[in-house]
Amino acid sequence: MKHLLATEGLAYDDALAILDTAEEMAAVSSREVKKLPTLRGRTVVNLFYEDSTRTRVSFEAAAKRLSADVVNFSAKGSSVSKGESLKDTVQTLDAMGADAIVIRHSASGSAAQLAASDWSEAAVVNAGDGAHEHPTQALLDALTLRRGWYSGHSATGSPRGTDLAGMKVLIVGDIVHSRVARSNVWLLRTLGAEVHFAAPATLLPYGVVSWPVIVHYSLDEALEAAPDAVMMLRVQAERMGGVFFPTAAEYTRRWGLTDERLARTQAMILHPGPMNRGVEISAAAADSPQAKILDQVAHGVAVRMAVLHLLLTGEH
Amino acid sequence: MSTTYLITGARPYGEDPQDVLIEGGRIAEIGPDIGHRAAPQLTDDAVIIDGSGLVLLPGMVDLHVHLREPGREDAETVETGSRAAAAGGFTAVHAMANSSPVADTAGVVEQVHRLGLDSGWTEVYPVGAITRGLGGTVLAELGAMADSSAQVRMFSDDGHCVNNAQLMRRALEYVKTIGGFVAQHAQDAHLTGWDTEHVAQMNEGKVSATLGLPGWPSVAEEAIIARDVLLADYTGARLHICHVSTAGSVEIIRWAKQRGIQVTAEVTPHHLMLTDDLVKSYNPVYKVNPPLRTEADTLALREALAEGIIDCVGTDHAPHPDQAKECEWAQAAMGMTGLETALPVVQHAMVETGLISWRRFAEITSVRPSDIYGHDHQGRPLAAGEPANLILVDPSVTTTVRPEDHATKGRNSPFRGLELPGQVRHTFLGGHQVLAQGELTSSRTGRTAR
Repeated sequence: MKHLLATEGLAYDDALAILDTAEEMAAVSSREVKKLPTLRGRTVVNLFYEDSTRTRVSFEAAAKRLSADVVNFSAKGSSVSKGESLKDTVQTLDAMGADAIVIRHSASGSAAQLAASDWSEAAVVNAGDGAHEHPTQALLDALTLRRGWYSGHSATGSPRGTDLAGMKVLIVGDIVHSRVARSNVWLLRTLGAEVHFAAPATLLPYGVVSWPVIVHYSLDEALEAAPDAVMMLRVQAERMGGVFFPTAAEYTRRWGLTDERLARTQAMILHPGPMNRGVEISAAAADSPQAKILDQVAHGVAVRMAVLHLLLTGEH
Repeated sequence: MSTTYLITGARPYGEDPQDVLIEGGRIAEIGPDIGHRAAPQLTDDAVIIDGSGLVLLPGMVDLHVHLREPGREDAETVETGSRAAAAGGFTAVHAMANSSPVADTAGVVEQVHRLGLDSGWTEVYPVGAITRGLGGTVLAELGAMADSSAQVRMFSDDGHCVNNAQLMRRALEYVKTIGGFVAQHAQDAHLTGWDTEHVAQMNEGKVSATLGLPGWPSVAEEAIIARDVLLADYTGARLHICHVSTAGSVEIIRWAKQRGIQVTAEVTPHHLMLTDDLVKSYNPVYKVNPPLRTEADTLALREALAEGIIDCVGTDHAPHPDQAKECEWAQAAMGMTGLETALPVVQHAMVETGLISWRRFAEITSVRPSDIYGHDHQGRPLAAGEPANLILVDPSVTTTVRPEDHATKGRNSPFRGLELPGQVRHTFLGGHQVLAQGELTSSRTGRTAR
């Protein structure tokens, strides 16, 4: 692996290697001294064309725990707002000696374009490109799911080396605009899980029939299929204006994880954040013992440490 | 005094070898063994061309190019686009109106026409805008453009669809009044999120679902074509459909033609060959309007072109400077160069596949587009007395596409690196040889390519 651009096409062995390494990194994060020397002298650039404090801070913490130097380059207030092209920005960062570029961009494919170009020799990590993919989010979700799935089946030991074979994962909400959903579909399938969607047809991709998933229009029906985990996607404010569905209230009634629906499921509850409490997820659901939302955040740092470690040290 | 040319042993329409004598801008004689008889009488400055192995065809006529002048001379000029036309075997091109300023007045179309005459590598016919500024709200001065020295007959807002049905109806009626035709860029604005943040980026389907790029549904094209053939029927006007890209569009046009509606249609070489699978690379060289579709669409388009449901090939030659394509997909410009790869691509997709003969090739690249426009000197038979707008093609060579070698300023060819059959070796524009042995010589006005 030279880059991490997508979970589509990510090999099973590579996925397991990242998850197993992340387990080791998680152990580091629970120590008093949360630091490894492995990337000392290496430079990781966080190139963020979209605001995302959560993801950037997570990558920054991951790189720093590996002793790398971190440069944060945000599109706002930078030369990008003066119209500098991606090519020129990347060549500039390359000339400054970036070993890895973590890129977040509103344009689908920008990470892949960067990796395919001769603009930089750096390893490229996709931190979210448009509605395409967000592979580290799917990997941290998988780490969270694997821990839960494993502990549900085994009394002791570590989930290392195991996958999600037989697990049923339901993804609910705005699939069409979601890079999180896309990355999760491919990774979950690679790890052997069964994937269900629940969403109105307006929020499903037109080509979804060709995906290896089971589609429900009704969340109630989807819950009757007894998923082991439910992943609630954030409903973006700009989708609520009556163009994709009539109102937020109608959305909540039909596709929200309400208190009533919470009472009908034992599934783990995941959410990539930030949540709209009272829209796609009720406060009780978000705060219930089934919710693994803060675990996801912690696992994010471990997974990103694993990815940076594997890409930059070539240890595999 | 124009040069006399004797072409020996070339195969008209790929059929039996003939000799051709070109004098005074016309085909003086064509037939077997003219060479033996005529050669001794030729003057010293006459040129003899060994045509053995070459296919003789009427010069190609392109109803759809973007020459970018005035306004975007960094992308292309009438001069460089005309050279590309000559190199690609086109003896007439029709320059779309989306220049800056827009070709929506007599002044602009006369300027483009004049630039074409001055260049002299090919015939340049400006297309007039249907609506003022391509704004889609009020009619441009169609009559003034028709009456100008450019004598515009073809009107199109290409690059933009005339979305307003009432305005489209009136355009069809008004253009009928002044003896022209309307060429529609069929793309429903709402279905493609036009002028919104989520503007369509690629064909909607399996690939767009995975790539997370906003989809460009086939129905956005088909719904407009369906509406417009009904309007053409209702108004009794002529309608031309630009760059048909979907199998569904073919079925609507088939239905319209069966009903006797005056509709004609073109397809681009790239839509005959390339599919949306290429977008997986996110390389913006594959970004084009209408978007690359599926393999099923390319096959339906090929059959429709062979059968005559689609009348002709139009390249939609759309050069862009490098920076317009060296950027994020969503920000990249739409369009591909096409003039210098058209013949190889059509040979590859249509001739090599056995779908058409070279005689049919001449119809779809020359005869039909000339008929649609109403030219009386292009797309003519290969016969004595006809204007010498001719090309000689070597169908047996295979070349690798190198955009850096092209005469167009645009390097945005989606065929880069592909090995394609067929090469235009000679182009005659009204009896003047603008291309010899695959190299630009001099234009009718004495310009050279350097």
